Amino acid sequence: MNRMTILGIETSCDETAAAVVRGSAGGPADILSNIVFSQFDEHAPYGGVVPEIAARAHIERLDAIVGEALSVAGIALKDVDGVAATAGPGLIGGVIVGLMTAKGLAAAAGKPFVPINHLEGHALSVRLTEAVAFPYLLLLVSGGHCQLINVAGVGRYEVLGSTIDDAVGEAFDKTAKLLGLGFPGGPAVEAVAERGDPRRFLLPAPLKGRSNCDFSFSGLKTAVRRAAEQAGTLSPQDVSDLCASFQAAVSASLLDRTARAFDKFTARFADAPMQLVVAGGVAANQALRARFGELCEARGAALFVPPPRLCTDNGAMIAWAGLERLSQEGSEGGGERLDAPPRARWPLTELKAT
Amino acid sequence: MTTTPQRHLILEQICDSEAATATLAAALGTHLQVGDLVALRGDLGAGKTTLARALIRARLGHPDEAVPSPTFTLLQTYDDAAAPIAHFDLYRVEDPSELVEMGWDDALADAIALVEWPEHAGALLPARRIDVTLSFGDSEGTRRVTIERMGNWDGRLHEL
Repeated sequence: MNRMTILGIETSCDETAAAVVRGSAGGPADILSNIVFSQFDEHAPYGGVVPEIAARAHIERLDAIVGEALSVAGIALKDVDGVAATAGPGLIGGVIVGLMTAKGLAAAAGKPFVPINHLEGHALSVRLTEAVAFPYLLLLVSGGHCQLINVAGVGRYEVLGSTIDDAVGEAFDKTAKLLGLGFPGGPAVEAVAERGDPRRFLLPAPLKGRSNCDFSFSGLKTAVRRAAEQAGTLSPQDVSDLCASFQAAVSASLLDRTARAFDKFTARFADAPMQLVVAGGVAANQALRARFGELCEARGAALFVPPPRLCTDNGAMIAWAGLERLSQEGSEGGGERLDAPPRARWPLTELKAT
Repeated sequence: MTTTPQRHLILEQICDSEAATATLAAALGTHLQVGDLVALRGDLGAGKTTLARALIRARLGHPDEAVPSPTFTLLQTYDDAAAPIAHFDLYRVEDPSELVEMGWDDALADAIALVEWPEHAGALLPARRIDVTLSFGDSEGTRRVTIERMGNWDGRLHEL
């Protein structure tokens, strides 16, 4: 299989990101650069001072980010075999910036452009760093995503369940806010929970026992609030115990939903080895990771958790999805792809394999 | 000369269950048109998204429509032949200038806008709007819901 070098761009929500990835379909691949604005250490383009730029001002940042991605990768634009960018779903203003920039770069380089669905980027990202064959079950858990997906191939996704209200990362952040902890909320809650008693407060594990694979966390939010009010003035130990109890409830719910998804996976892919991929910012929570490890061991499943830098929004996963798609689709259809519109809504289930 | 914005109380009600709040939301929804904005106010967990969800489902006629929380995505849109709905959550917005690139002006002009944490819109929040305020009641599941008209509604929304 040919190795390809792909430049990937991501601007669909908060992060402005670009990356260069080199490899062949199936992975793993070499990440030659992975530049995300929120962790951008190089201030050289700004003369050493990063100006105050409003959140999500992708148009002001993207050129520098792309330049840095190419520079760190040690390549010029003419050296890429394709340019990929998130075309949706997301905030349309930001998506347009990334999309138009990528189309312009592809046209200038005379190379194919590939529009990528942001969720597909997350779905395929594990194959960047691990040789994980299809099919696998993906649990995507972050501030803005909470889904269980059967991944049978590039463009072959079956959404088994998603949140009916709040995402997991959001539940952590709001619990942190309710209890006066710092930001970001997830790590703050996890740190404080380590010293807490998870059995002290009886919080509901939402949707546990239901036969589908959906999630719900907004009721847990009100349960935390009520428990906090009933406890009166909260000592640090009270807060630790509440966080531990909250984390235990989240864990119980996630494990229950995932176990049900395991059943659906094995029913659909009877001969395939069971593989669980947990991706998204919440996957960095070590307590949750340990629980998933136990579940997988009990079920004889392999567990994969991509590195944190690939779990939060990034350009490498977009470049990788572009590489997988280009390998599968070839570079014909370039004209159609250059016409690809930005999409605020773009359900994963609308994607097709080629 | 400063003009005090007109504020008119449409109703104030104790809803003793989520179902009761949903019924109220559906009733409010029947009166809305493109160009209207509903500001949803209340503390974390007070039920702003729950009310928005019920309103959206009722207007779309889809009781099972997926209406996830827009806290991280900032904006979720719903297509509808009668009137598209733009569901904003400004919880994570630190400066009203961010609203420009989010398509705020277009959404307000071309859709029915539901806005959680409207305080973060600053001066971009229109003077003409509906304010829905949710607060906790005495028992679990109970909410006090206050619905007010702000600005000139040309006789619309006198009552639900």
